[in-house]
Amino acid sequence: MNTYVTGAVSALSMIVATSALAEPTAEVLHYWTSGGEAKSVAVLQKEFADKGGSWTDMPVAGGGGDAAMTALRARVLSGNAPTAVQLKGPAIQEWYEEGVLADISSVAEANDWETVLPASIAGHMKCEGTWCAAPVNVHRVDWIWANAEVLNANGIEMPTTWDEFNAAADKLQEAGIIPLAHGGQAWQDATIFEAVALGILGPDGYRKAFVELDNETLTSDAMIAVFDQMRTLRGYVDSNFSGRDWNLATSMVMNGEAAFQIMGDWAKGEFMAAGKVPGEDFLCASAPGEGFLYNVDSFAMFDVDGDDKKAGQELLAELVVGQNFQKVFNLNKGSIPARTDVALDEFDDCARLSADDMQASSDSDALLPSYAHGMALRGAQAGAITDVVTAHFNSDMSSADAVQMLADGIANSM
Amino acid sequence: MIKWLEENTPKLVLAPSFIAVLIFVYGFIAWTAWVSLTRSRLLPKYEIEGFIQYERLFASPRWETAFGNLFVFGTLFIVIAMVLGLALAILLDQNIRTEGAIRTIYLYPMALSMIVTGTAWKWILNPGLGLEAMVRGWGFENFTFDWLVDPDKAIYTIVLAAIWQSSGFVMALFLAGLRSVDGEIIKAAQVDGIPTWRVYTAIIIPAMAPIFLSAFIVLSHLAVKSFDLVIALTGGGPGYATDLPATYMYAMAFSRGDIGQAASSAMIMMLVVFSIVVPYLYSELRSKDG
Repeated sequence: MNTYVTGAVSALSMIVATSALAEPTAEVLHYWTSGGEAKSVAVLQKEFADKGGSWTDMPVAGGGGDAAMTALRARVLSGNAPTAVQLKGPAIQEWYEEGVLADISSVAEANDWETVLPASIAGHMKCEGTWCAAPVNVHRVDWIWANAEVLNANGIEMPTTWDEFNAAADKLQEAGIIPLAHGGQAWQDATIFEAVALGILGPDGYRKAFVELDNETLTSDAMIAVFDQMRTLRGYVDSNFSGRDWNLATSMVMNGEAAFQIMGDWAKGEFMAAGKVPGEDFLCASAPGEGFLYNVDSFAMFDVDGDDKKAGQELLAELVVGQNFQKVFNLNKGSIPARTDVALDEFDDCARLSADDMQASSDSDALLPSYAHGMALRGAQAGAITDVVTAHFNSDMSSADAVQMLADGIANSM
Repeated sequence: MIKWLEENTPKLVLAPSFIAVLIFVYGFIAWTAWVSLTRSRLLPKYEIEGFIQYERLFASPRWETAFGNLFVFGTLFIVIAMVLGLALAILLDQNIRTEGAIRTIYLYPMALSMIVTGTAWKWILNPGLGLEAMVRGWGFENFTFDWLVDPDKAIYTIVLAAIWQSSGFVMALFLAGLRSVDGEIIKAAQVDGIPTWRVYTAIIIPAMAPIFLSAFIVLSHLAVKSFDLVIALTGGGPGYATDLPATYMYAMAFSRGDIGQAASSAMIMMLVVFSIVVPYLYSELRSKDG
């Protein structure tokens, strides 16, 4: 009996769905499950519901998105892809090549994404000229955070070159303070490495090395200098850093045990949550050198059947890039809006600095994807680089050997 | 009809599990073998490309570390756990008073999951929190025990935790073996005035040969598939110094979207297991025939 009723209802809803006014529905696979992130997603859900859509939430926690990607693979292989999936960087193109992404160019053109998004970020959202994903936020990765009181007490300015950083760190070490708070996990090693590489190679060198994988740049003397600086930094880390989580490193800076941390702007969330004030308790600055490394979260739209789902996809895309969502979401998450025309009055100083730098580096062609956070390269190549970086940082390997391993590892990952 | 049922009931009852094993074990082994010969990345592809994934595997320094670690970890873990387990079993076999309680205490670690063991040992071995900090707190300022953060020694911390977890289980196996040795022979030896240590080395231990084999097989498959202990204790670090084949395979399949590479490493792991299990099966089957 019951099955007859549900059968009849679903048949009815199918008739409704195929009629001209389809109710937008969206099943959204994402891995924003921690406190602040979940709150940010709830904002989107509410906006979606207010516009008459019905949202099916599919949060998959674990492994920094690995578990979500496994779920996605299973869904795609069984021919039942979710409407929208939290994906980023080259992974969008990889899925496009599997032939499973949808085209949302109509929404993008109607809302003029081309002009409101920085060109290099817009590039990630396009698959062979058509729009296939919508950006949510911009995290800056090459930040350096500092304890204001510790720097003041030791008469140290925020360093603007790596030599200044080394001088400051030597001074701090003499004063008995850990110069650099760091957690020995591969991705954190890689986060420091790319900040150092951007500073020493410069924006063009970074692009050649970590976007184009140019062998000459990868094996150049400048790259040896990058690894030399990594070795120097290793000396500024306390001996107990292996395996430490990034937020524990942040709290070392917070309570004055350590002076600096090199980490993306999610570290700001930790400072803020502890009631610290930017500019007074802690300082933020871009890591020494020019350029801006971004980590952009986005929703990729998968090819789905049914007008209701297609309508849901378009509504979702429109909302995600909309002014209101970009503001509210990023206030919650600690990142900055991907579109450049959002008023930043409610954001803190670090976020405003980030937005200014993003605009400036976009104009000077120094707005670059973060390799350590999966924006610049595909998983296999990025992983090969991280293997070398973390092996070098955690052993006494020479810089020349590391550079050779880097070239071999990348060749082997193809 | 009834006669037919009588003859075929065992086959009918076994058929479902036989089919399940055929598909979910051997079928998927075959699938993995196939995929390991392709250039699969994010999703499996089925065009065979030859042994390219195996070439990549053996050119990778990370795999070299992982595979080498398997032998360091496996050998130390199996040998030490067996020696320790045997020693504990022999000591417990001396008709001591609270044997039951002590046996339970030694067996308890086996009741913990590897994740719990790994996390607890991570805290114990952490130089800033655990043993080192404690002994230094007692006034021994020069005491260092930082294996966990030393890339050359970190693998031994995994051995340590794994032995702590498993040696009680090996003890229980050996204790059962000791008790199954015919008491008459032992009494006869004692009547002849043979010293106890000779009774053990010449009579009891040789009589327990099958138990050694069982313990070896159980421990070696634990060693090959070790994954959760490494993830909880070191996360594969420092760097990738404590990677094992299982964690390598996980990283390739689930973090890096390199399914072909993961499949080839899985096949190598399986070959290692086969090289241990096949001689065992062979000897078992032969002794039954004989």
